[in-house]
Amino acid sequence: MMRKLNQKPKPIADATAAGPEKASGPLLKVEDVVLYFTATQGVVRAVEGVSFELAHGQSLAIVGESGCGKTSLARAILRLLPRNVATYEGRIFLNGTDIMKFSDERFRRDVRWVKISMVSQAAMNSLNPVIKLGQQVAEPLLLDNRTDKKEAFERARQVFRIVGIPLAFLDRYAFELSGGMRQRAIIAMALIANPILVILDEPTSALDVLTQANIMNALKKIKQELRLNFIFITHDIATSSELADEVICMYAGQLVEHSTADRFYRDPLHPYAQKLMASVPTLRVYKKPEFITGQPPSLLNPPEGCRFADRCTKRFERCREEPPLFVHGDGTVKCWLYERG
Amino acid sequence: MCTEMARSSVGYMSEAREMENNILLSVKGLQTWFELKRWGFLHAGFVRGVDGISFELGKGEAVTVVGESGSGKTTLLRTILGLARPTAGKITFNGRRIEGQHASDLAWLRSQVGFVQQDPYGALAPFMTVDRILREPLIVHKMNEEEQEQRITEAMDEVRLIPVKDFLSKYPHMLSGGQQQRLVIARAIILHPSMIVADEPVSMLDASVRVEILELMRKIQQAHNLGVVYVTHDLSSVRYFSERVFIMYAAKMVEKTTVREVVQSPLHPYTQALLKAIPDPEPENAGRFRDIPIGEPPSLINPPEGCRFHPRCPHVIKGLCDADMPPEFEPAPDHFVECWLYQ
Repeated sequence: MMRKLNQKPKPIADATAAGPEKASGPLLKVEDVVLYFTATQGVVRAVEGVSFELAHGQSLAIVGESGCGKTSLARAILRLLPRNVATYEGRIFLNGTDIMKFSDERFRRDVRWVKISMVSQAAMNSLNPVIKLGQQVAEPLLLDNRTDKKEAFERARQVFRIVGIPLAFLDRYAFELSGGMRQRAIIAMALIANPILVILDEPTSALDVLTQANIMNALKKIKQELRLNFIFITHDIATSSELADEVICMYAGQLVEHSTADRFYRDPLHPYAQKLMASVPTLRVYKKPEFITGQPPSLLNPPEGCRFADRCTKRFERCREEPPLFVHGDGTVKCWLYERG
Repeated sequence: MCTEMARSSVGYMSEAREMENNILLSVKGLQTWFELKRWGFLHAGFVRGVDGISFELGKGEAVTVVGESGSGKTTLLRTILGLARPTAGKITFNGRRIEGQHASDLAWLRSQVGFVQQDPYGALAPFMTVDRILREPLIVHKMNEEEQEQRITEAMDEVRLIPVKDFLSKYPHMLSGGQQQRLVIARAIILHPSMIVADEPVSMLDASVRVEILELMRKIQQAHNLGVVYVTHDLSSVRYFSERVFIMYAAKMVEKTTVREVVQSPLHPYTQALLKAIPDPEPENAGRFRDIPIGEPPSLINPPEGCRFHPRCPHVIKGLCDADMPPEFEPAPDHFVECWLYQ
């Protein structure tokens, strides 16, 4: 291993911000992505026809109850699929290139971790216990001889500094670190290859309140300094507001609302999003929280028409048909109430 | 005169109140330490799970214990339930001692205290039907068939697992998370206890169901005048559930007060940090950094000298906070805090 500690690190900000193919269009454009799984009881429609766009420099929060397809959508974007996939189609454009057309090998080499990386749920427990942290964090760079060892470890030092882990921890093992530090190491690993988009899947849900707030501070700093784009997946609405410029709300495998953070946290459009917001207990303002009666439909055999209709207090005749995505202001919403804009 | 005397000593006061029969549970100077052994027999120190905690719970009163993981919340509950042996201190329930008793002598306690576990699926035997799960405690406490049927219907009705008949033959995996938690609550109240102990009952549930379960527990608590100890790490749900709140940090209870006080004027620096760290869903959050102490809670094997929060505390007083453990001060009525800033 190399040991040139006082070598001046290269500024990483400019390396991250612009790939050569940075186009004027959206950073990420997802069109009609469908992901079905085969299960013993039939086909589980985990993600059904989701489309959205994410502009450069924006961070997106994806919220919804457990089982609504948030994580499946993230995995569909990163093509991290289990074996029992029944259908996987749609188009995903990254900087204008349709990455769905890439072969698995090309996707692995050119997209996954290089352009888009991910911090998956409870990832802090997935660190290898017998490999030193520095080695693990540098690994994505050493694969395919992307860089030489010296440069990879230099880069590992840089990302450790960015996420706020003492450099001495490079030579430690995962069990020597607290939960918060391990989570930071995982975030460092996601940043190491200079991706333009990082998908965070419940990055703080296993952590304590203070540690969680510290990690969110670190992520905000990374977002500002490196001008990274985040997709932040969580069921915790209050935490999602910490890192969101835009919000997507999912219900039963479908995207039901895509709004700006301003709109979503103050005055959401879709009746489901309204109920969801009303169910969040707040600390400072006293309001009586509500709850949503009933349960989300089974994805094995979802109901015809609007999937939320059964639990919706505003349903009417039209809801028997499936609503398309209507544009309303600067957001889109999948609800017949907004048929006239 | 009597009241003055009572005020002069906490012990005396609690005895006086116990005589009035208002106190359901009283915990005094409780310590639960676990011994660490090397190679199975060499003493290697103690983990101080709970380290000097005192509080009282009135009949029909709900209190919330808030703390991070590893702060000793669950150990406190287990000690109250008689599942962990306290190293020192006194616990009395309805005037009867719990500490130092053999497990077999605590059968009376089991029917008096209901336990709602954190993970409903893990707490329910997967091979038992709903009917069997609810019948189990009734069999243990030797009730006749007729009474069993009646209690089961009553409890399921109470937690709104209705129509009862549809659920009786189901297995836990056939229920949703919310329904499973209702079943756990039904099991906890089926013996008509006078206290319920709930260990993070909603942390495994979805946001939209959480409030529903908390409201249900609140309703049951009020209907039966139950004492409830509700343990959580989520301060924002507290105000919908209880009047009083206890904040735990590193095995100590650092602040004890009403929910309103804790939200409006938290005194302990740790409580203040905790409140700052909790976001409300607002779009402005994205642009602002939270001012919170860095670092991690201390090890309970080797806790720091003096106040346990002093290494992270922004208001630390050199020579005092890092040397002496702060006693409990009462800077405002019914607001207790273990911090030297309020001496």
